[in-house]
Amino acid sequence: MSKKNSEYLINRKDNQYEVVIGLEVHAQVLSESKLFSTSATKFGAEPNTQVSLVDAAFPGMLPVINEFCVKQAIKTGIGLNAKINKRSVFDRKNYFYADLPQGYQISQFKDPIVGEGKVILDMPNGQKEVGIERLHLEQDAGKSIHDLDPQNTFVDLNRSGVALMEIVSKPDLRSPDEVNAYIKKLRSIMRYLGTCDGNMQEGSLRADVNVSVRPKGSKEFGTRCEIKNVNSIKFMQLAIEYEANRQVDLIEEGKTIDQETRLFDTKKNETRSMRSKEDAHDYRYFPDPDLLPLEVSEKFIEELKNDIPELPDDKKKRFIEEFKLSPYEANILVSDIDTAKYFEEVVAKMGKNKDIKLAVNWITGELFAVLNSKALEISQSPVSAKNFAILINLIKNGTISGKIAKTVFELMIDGDIDPQKIVEEKGLKQQSDPKALEALIDKIINDNREKAIEYKQGKEKLFGFFVGQAMKASGGKANPQLINEILKKKL
Amino acid sequence: MSDITKQSLTELVENIKNKKLSSTDVTKAFIDRSEKSEELNAYITNDFTSALDKAKKFDQKPNLNLKLPGIPMAVKDLFCTKDIKTTAGSKILNNFVPTYESTVTENIWNEGAILLGKLNCDEFAMGSSNETSFFGNVQSPIDKNLVPGGSSGGSASAVAGQLTPVTIGTDTGGSIRQPASFTGIVGLKPTYGSCSRYGIVAFASSLDQAGPMAQNVKDCALLHEVISSYDSKDSTSIDFKRNHYSKELTNNIKGKKIGIPKEYRVDGMPKEIEDLWQKGIQYVKDCGAETIDISLPNTSYALPTYYIVAPAEASSNLARYDGVKYGFRAKGENLIDMYEKTRSEGFGAEVQRRIMIGTYVLSSGYYDAYYLKAQKVRKLIKNDFDEAYKKVDAILTPSTPSSAFKIGEKTNDPVSMYLNDIFTVPVNLAGLPGISIPAGHDSKGYPLGLQIIGKAFDEQNILNIAYAMEEKINFKNKITDWWIK
Repeated sequence: MSKKNSEYLINRKDNQYEVVIGLEVHAQVLSESKLFSTSATKFGAEPNTQVSLVDAAFPGMLPVINEFCVKQAIKTGIGLNAKINKRSVFDRKNYFYADLPQGYQISQFKDPIVGEGKVILDMPNGQKEVGIERLHLEQDAGKSIHDLDPQNTFVDLNRSGVALMEIVSKPDLRSPDEVNAYIKKLRSIMRYLGTCDGNMQEGSLRADVNVSVRPKGSKEFGTRCEIKNVNSIKFMQLAIEYEANRQVDLIEEGKTIDQETRLFDTKKNETRSMRSKEDAHDYRYFPDPDLLPLEVSEKFIEELKNDIPELPDDKKKRFIEEFKLSPYEANILVSDIDTAKYFEEVVAKMGKNKDIKLAVNWITGELFAVLNSKALEISQSPVSAKNFAILINLIKNGTISGKIAKTVFELMIDGDIDPQKIVEEKGLKQQSDPKALEALIDKIINDNREKAIEYKQGKEKLFGFFVGQAMKASGGKANPQLINEILKKKL
Repeated sequence: MSDITKQSLTELVENIKNKKLSSTDVTKAFIDRSEKSEELNAYITNDFTSALDKAKKFDQKPNLNLKLPGIPMAVKDLFCTKDIKTTAGSKILNNFVPTYESTVTENIWNEGAILLGKLNCDEFAMGSSNETSFFGNVQSPIDKNLVPGGSSGGSASAVAGQLTPVTIGTDTGGSIRQPASFTGIVGLKPTYGSCSRYGIVAFASSLDQAGPMAQNVKDCALLHEVISSYDSKDSTSIDFKRNHYSKELTNNIKGKKIGIPKEYRVDGMPKEIEDLWQKGIQYVKDCGAETIDISLPNTSYALPTYYIVAPAEASSNLARYDGVKYGFRAKGENLIDMYEKTRSEGFGAEVQRRIMIGTYVLSSGYYDAYYLKAQKVRKLIKNDFDEAYKKVDAILTPSTPSSAFKIGEKTNDPVSMYLNDIFTVPVNLAGLPGISIPAGHDSKGYPLGLQIIGKAFDEQNILNIAYAMEEKINFKNKITDWWIK
C-alpha cells in the first residue's frame, strides 16, 4: 500500500513538512438523563429547565453515577476495539468558571474507563489504522451567553452535567482528509452502537485538535498547539491547514513554536492564541471523594459485548463476501447505519431471485439523488425499502425497463406508492411478447425498406436507427433485449 | 413542669408516650430555656414559632408509635433544612435557604421530632472552638468565656445547657467528640457510610459523618438508630444491617477485649488526662472486660495527614461558593474580580487558610509529595487499626489531650488549635466509629472525656461499652446556669 501519491505535505523552498494530528473528541453520550443526576438531556429545551440541585451544585448535593452512561461508554470502548478497564476512577478537575457550578468538572484522569484501542480508516489509497489512547467519561459544563445583554453574561445550565465521552486518539493522523475520515468513522461506530447521535450541529460531537509539524522523515514530534472546541469537520480541516502553515512559517523564519492553546476563528479562518503554557490552568486533579472507584465485573462487560450489533467494519466485510460488492460500494452502504439498514431491508424484501448489484446502483444513484435534492436522511426516505425492492424486482424480471423504472420511481416518491400499481395504472409494462414485437418490427422494416437494404449491404450503423424506431413505436415500453434479438433475425 | 429540660430524651419520649407530658409542654420548655440562653449564642437561626405550631399539631393527633414523638430538637447549621436558612456558620451562605432537606434530618422529622432551630458551628465546620463562626463564638455552659469546642460547638453547648434534649453534629476530625468531651456530654461519630451525607454542607467528603450528641449513652443510641440509614443519594453510603441500637443496648461487656494504644500517651499531655485514662481502664476492668496493650504505630502521622487530606477536599468542595448561583455576592469589575471579592469577603480567615493549604497540596508538582503521600499514610493508619482489631474488640483512649480552653486562648496559634484533634483524627482517617463519654473533671472542674473506638459498623459494641462505663463513672455535669440572669 503506497501512500506516496496522496501524502499531505507542506512545501517551503527546499523543505517538506509533515503534519501530525491528534484529536480529543468529545462525544455526548446518548442518554435520557445526565451522568450524575436524573435531569433530562433533551436538546433545545428552554434555558435552565433541565437542571437539578446536583447540576447547579447546591450545598450538600452529591453525584450518583448513571449506570446507563457507564454501559454506553463501555459499549463504545468495545466498538473501538479497546481495553475495558474493570476499575476506573472519577477525578475532580478544578477550575473556576461561571458555567461550571461545582467549581470542578468530574472527569477521569489517571484511570479512564476505556484504555487503548484502534479504528481503521478506509482511505483512497488503502486502509489506515489510527490508535486510540483512551476514552473517559466526564461531565459537560453549562453554557455562558455573552451576547444577550451589554452588561451581563447569562448562564444556561441545561448542559451542565450531561455525560460526555472524551475519546483521545494517538498522534497518528497526518492530513485533513484523514481527520475527516476519522471523525466520520468514529461517528459511524457510535451511531451503530447507539451511544452518540454524532450530531455536530447540536454539539453532540466536537473536538480539540492537536497539531504539530516536523520535517519530512523526522522521527521526533514538533511542539504542538491545541485548537480548542472545533465543532465541524470542515472547521477542523481549515484549522489544521491554517495552523500547520503557521507553524511551518515560524520554523522557516527560524522562530520557535510556543506550546499553547488556540482558538479557531471561523470568520477569518485562522487560529489565534488563547493561552500559553505558562498560563495553563493547574487543574489540581484528585479522586472525587463523593464517588467510589467504578468497578465493573467481567460478566457485566461480557453481557454488553453480547449487546453489540454488527459494526461497520464487519458489515463491510460481510457485504463484500455475501453480496459480492466492491469495497467501494460496501463502504458507501455501511458508513451510515441507516443506509446499511435500508439496503439490508431492500435485500430481504427482494426475495429469492434478486439482483443486488442493481439494487446498490439504484440506492447510490437514484435514491441518494432524491434524498440529496430534498435534503432528507435515508431514515426519512420517501420510498420505503419494501417498495424500492419491488421496483428493483420489476426491472430484474423484465416487467419494466431501466428507463421506464426511472419514470416509475419519480411517481413513487409522492406518497410511497407501490410501483406495481403505477406500472399497471399507467400501462408502463414492458412489451416482452415476441409475437407483438415481431409484428411491430415487421411494420417498421416494411416502412423503411430502403434503410433495411442499406443495412444488409453493410451499413451496420443503421441497426441503432431500427432499435430507436421500435422503442418509439412502443412508447418506450418494448423490451430492448428482445427488440435487438428480433431485429437481428429479421434484418 | 420546671424540670422538663433536665430530662433525658429517653425520659421525655416515655413521658410523652404515657401522656404525662405533651409535645407542647416539652417544646415550650426548651423554647423558654433557649430564649433565656441567648448569651450562649448557641443558635444561628431559631424556628420557635413554627416549632410550637408543630407541637400543637402533633398533640392534636399524636402518633405515639414514633421513636421521637413530638420531641423538639435543634440541629447543627450544617444540615440543610427545607425553607429554613442554612448558613454553615459562614457569611457566604448568610442568606441561603435550601429547598430541600438533608437525609439525616429527614429521618429525624419522620420519627416525629420537631425542629427548634439551627445551631452555631465553626465556619464550614473548620475549627475546634467554635470561634471561626461568622455568627460569633459560642459560650460553654460549663463556664463563662470557655470554648464549647468545635466545630459542633453550638450543638454541644445546646445539649449541655439543656436548650435541646439531644442534637446532631458532624465530625470530620473530632467535631462531635471533642466538643462533647469539653461540655460533659456524649457524642458518637459513626462509621463512615453509616449516616447519609446527602444535604449536609460538605467540608471534607471522605471524612465527614453526621452523628448524635446527647446527655447520656442511651439517648445517643436512640438518636443514632434514627439517623443511620442507607441512602442511594449518597454514593458512599453503605448498605449494611443496622442494629436497633437503643433496644439492643446492654451493660454486659464481660470478656470484651479493650485495647490501650501506647502511642496515645503523647508528650506534654497533662497528668490529669493520664489519670483519667487510667481510671477508665479500671472502669472497663470493673465491668468485666479485659484490657490489652496495643500499638498503633502510625498515630503520630495522623494529624499531618489529616491536615493535608481535609483541606485538599475542602478547597475543592468550597469552590462552588463563588457568588454566581446563591449565597453572598460582592460586586466586581468582572468575573474574576467578583470571585475574588466574594470569596475574600465571604469566607473567614480559617476557611481561607484551609482553602490555601488544600489548593497548595493539590497543585501540580506538590501533589505527589503531599496529597498522594498523605493518602498512603492514611492507608497505613487504617492498617494499624485492622491489625489491632485482630486482638481487641475496641480501643480506649482519652478524647482530647486537654480540657476546654478559654475563648481567644488559641485563636492566634492554629497549630496548637489543631493539636486538639490529635486523638480523634485517626478515627476519621480510618473511617471507624468512635464515641466520647464524659469521664471526670479536671482541677478546674471542667469535664474530661474518654473515647471508645470500635471496628467498622460495630457501633453497638462501643455503645455497650460506653453504657457500661457510664454506669460506673456516674458522671454529674456541673451546670450552674451562669448565663441565665
